[in-house]
Amino acid sequence: MPSTAQYLMLSATLFAIGIVGVIIRRNMITVLMSIELMLNAVNINLVAFSHRLADLQGQVFTIFVITVAAGEAAVGLAIMIQLYRLRSTVNVDEVKTLHG
Amino acid sequence: MDAIASNAPLVVFIVIGTIAVAASFLVVMMRNPVHSALFLLLTFLCVAVLFVIKAAEFVAAVQVLVYAGGIMVLFLFVVMLINVRHLPDEKMTTSYTLGGIGVGVAIFVLFFAVVRTGAYHDEAPNAAKKLTTVREQVLTQHPTDPNKLVRKWRAKDNRNAEAIGMALYRDYLVPFEVASLFLLVAMIGAIVIGKRELSALEEETAPDYMLERVETEKEVKDLVNAN
Repeated sequence: MPSTAQYLMLSATLFAIGIVGVIIRRNMITVLMSIELMLNAVNINLVAFSHRLADLQGQVFTIFVITVAAGEAAVGLAIMIQLYRLRSTVNVDEVKTLHG
Repeated sequence: MDAIASNAPLVVFIVIGTIAVAASFLVVMMRNPVHSALFLLLTFLCVAVLFVIKAAEFVAAVQVLVYAGGIMVLFLFVVMLINVRHLPDEKMTTSYTLGGIGVGVAIFVLFFAVVRTGAYHDEAPNAAKKLTTVREQVLTQHPTDPNKLVRKWRAKDNRNAEAIGMALYRDYLVPFEVASLFLLVAMIGAIVIGKRELSALEEETAPDYMLERVETEKEVKDLVNAN
């Protein structure tokens, strides 16, 4: 049986890859996918600790995180489609009307 | 044979975990968003297998249904809607590349240092404790009066999905309802934001095919009105 530490390491790797994707990619679709990757890493942690502590709360929280991820993806993609209609681009560097 | 059977979860973890890390790496590295989306799908399926190893079958099913089924279809639809071939090629190395990789390595080292301290290395310390035991009320006979029934709490060993259902609908009922309200708001928001209307600014910047389509619609309307 893999230990909790091994799960935490895997989840840390996925989270780090996700955060690198959010920062270095300029394509908004890939940035949203990287955010989903990070949320998934968090879910792995929650399930691993749920098993370790023999407590179902972790799995219940995972379900709520998945719910929030679904809503976030829907709204984020809607915003992106509208942005593409207005500017015909999904590059985050070209969207800087609000720059301070 | 016994050694293989007892080590099977670890072997599956190592193989599936390697695939998950490689696929997520490719999600970030692929230039084409369609390829990224397909590797993200592979990552989600691998994570579902990891959930099964940790005895979270219901969450694994939800992961496959909601993530691999719902969210991935949403992503692929958007990628098809946005014509990625007509977009200018994305520069893969920008001024953010070095800093981004630095932040990623720093976060990984931070997590590694926390996990390495040795608090979580033992295998399943609470294995004897049943994860899916729930308390339920049952009607039993009164100890002295045989004509009366009394309510008593009893510990019952449930399946994973049953236990999660009990937790969701009893202990977490209010958060569950709030989540449903959240989904409704997200759906309405997505519909309102994604609604198509041509404003003055949009007519200036809209891609040609969209203006053509609007013109065709106008011509068809005119024809219908003329007849």
